[in-house]
Amino acid sequence: MSSQSLSKESLPKRSLSKRSLSAPRSPMAAPRSFLWSRRIFLTLLTGFVLLPVYVMLSSSLKPLQDVSGKFRWVPSGLTIRPYIDIWSTVPLAKYFVNSLIVAGAATVLSVVIAIFAAYGVSRYRFRGKRLFTVTVLSTQMFPGILFLLPLFLIYVNIGDATGIALFGSRLGLILTYLTFSLPFSIWMLIGYFESVPRDLDEAAMVDGCGPLGALFRVVVPAAVPGIVAVAVYAFMTAWGEVLFASVMTNDTTRTLAVGLQGYATQNDVYWNQVMAASLVVSVPVVAGFLLLQRYLVAGLTAGAVK
Amino acid sequence: MTVTAQPAVGEEALPGATGPTPRRRTGRVRRIALPYLLLLPALLLELLVHLVPMVIGIVMSFKELTQFYIRDWGAAPWAGFDNYSLSVDFDAPVGEALLHSFFVTCAFTVLSVGLCWLLGTVAAVYMQETFRGRGFLRAIFLIPYALPVYAAVITWAFMFQRDNGLVNHVLHDQLGLTDSPSFWLIGDNSFVTLLVVSVWKGWPFAFLIVMAGLQNIPKELYEAAAIDGAGMLQQIRRITLPSLRPVNQVLVLVLFLWTFNDFNTPYVLFGKAAPEAADLISIHIYQSSFVTWNFGTGSAMSVLLLLFLLVVTGVYLILTSRGRRAADV
Repeated sequence: MSSQSLSKESLPKRSLSKRSLSAPRSPMAAPRSFLWSRRIFLTLLTGFVLLPVYVMLSSSLKPLQDVSGKFRWVPSGLTIRPYIDIWSTVPLAKYFVNSLIVAGAATVLSVVIAIFAAYGVSRYRFRGKRLFTVTVLSTQMFPGILFLLPLFLIYVNIGDATGIALFGSRLGLILTYLTFSLPFSIWMLIGYFESVPRDLDEAAMVDGCGPLGALFRVVVPAAVPGIVAVAVYAFMTAWGEVLFASVMTNDTTRTLAVGLQGYATQNDVYWNQVMAASLVVSVPVVAGFLLLQRYLVAGLTAGAVK
Repeated sequence: MTVTAQPAVGEEALPGATGPTPRRRTGRVRRIALPYLLLLPALLLELLVHLVPMVIGIVMSFKELTQFYIRDWGAAPWAGFDNYSLSVDFDAPVGEALLHSFFVTCAFTVLSVGLCWLLGTVAAVYMQETFRGRGFLRAIFLIPYALPVYAAVITWAFMFQRDNGLVNHVLHDQLGLTDSPSFWLIGDNSFVTLLVVSVWKGWPFAFLIVMAGLQNIPKELYEAAAIDGAGMLQQIRRITLPSLRPVNQVLVLVLFLWTFNDFNTPYVLFGKAAPEAADLISIHIYQSSFVTWNFGTGSAMSVLLLLFLLVVTGVYLILTSRGRRAADV
């Protein structure tokens, strides 16, 4: 596909998606039956979605006897005790910090690397371009279980050979997680960068910017929604991963994904504390996600869904 | 804005070398190398974390790799195709269990992907038009997607507890549908449990993608259809669903791969050993590797899984692309 056809195509599409975001379609007046079926469907779906959220919230405020005995819709009394106890039952604060460091670093690195790669693919023609995109995207297909053990062996061997501790360290987890979000991030940013008119970076280069100057002064600022979307995705991926965290961390580097199971595997399960801890670890991501979801939808519209 | 013929940046660099002064030449080399440099970090990390481990995994599948050889896996004796023949000998216990796990995973994936897609599409189509509270509802629907898997799944595990869970309280105590409280996390019911949790967790992604896809459908199409007298349902059937085809092609594939490979949900729900009825393939291989400490066989099973996914993906892409081309004509 030639470059000019790309930019010609993507120009109107971008403005179009912007417009339809603010003003969605208004077809002919919807029939009454449609409105009723919509109301019923959406109500049921909301109930299904919110049920665990209600259980999490209400149980986290219940005294222990309420969660050990029969389930109660309405707590017999409210207590914030679980929210105090969660920090001492397991070293939750430590896990929290670990998760923040790992997910934060993985996000920043993943976004920067994806920006470079997507810029390369969207702005240059070179041998092996197709091979690169296909290879990177196809890694999404690999079952995690296939490379879990080999990766463990590689990390151990790199550690033995160079002294850089990857196994059991935060660094190893950061490198692993950032590759999990990389394919999707690159793919989405390619679409997004292609919708940024090429004239803009040409103009910047005429004005004396190098290719990287054009990237950071022109393309990146124009693609902020896409980049935010990618960052949200990368953070959520790293924050929620369980399999590699359960094998690749030790006592000092344990993340929330594994640490949270500390309440559940003991003989007594303090369900109110489990729920309180679940809520506490969810709040940062859910709040961030809900604040930024607009960008994710806009980014998907412009980038991924072509 | 009119777009005149703009050559790609790299392209421009090639004929630009008319007077090859040394400075120009290094500039030219830099320009040719630049795209590769831009891709290098991504490529190196993908090699380190995905591609090289995959190759090693394939090599390991031909070795007799027990716990004695973990530190020095190269020294493990070659096993030829023993690991494979053990995995696919469906009359012996190992192969039989793998086959069972495979069928469970297939059934689970088909049901889960189908339901996720259906819920996501119906919700997105219902919410295509603005109405009061639409933005709020959209935010609510995305909560399961935003919640960390382990936090959400642990909550479901609590809800499905036999003695103090919400599900049995409703089904047994309040509605009286069962004679005695059922077990949901062991036995045959665990398949239903897994499916419910997986759909709850997965449908918002379908919703998100379909919603984004809907916004790319030009409004004019609906207006034209409305003028021609097409009703609501007809508009959905003739415009919305066909326009979503390319989106659905990718969406269903991604959902399929994620669901088929899902490890997190069953792992948090059931722990290391999943009940037989919900023994998804990832968990099964994990258990074959880490619980029995037989990594060669586990690797062979992983390779078989990868081959299966490759074949399914290839066939799927060929079929759906051909269908799309035919539809365009």
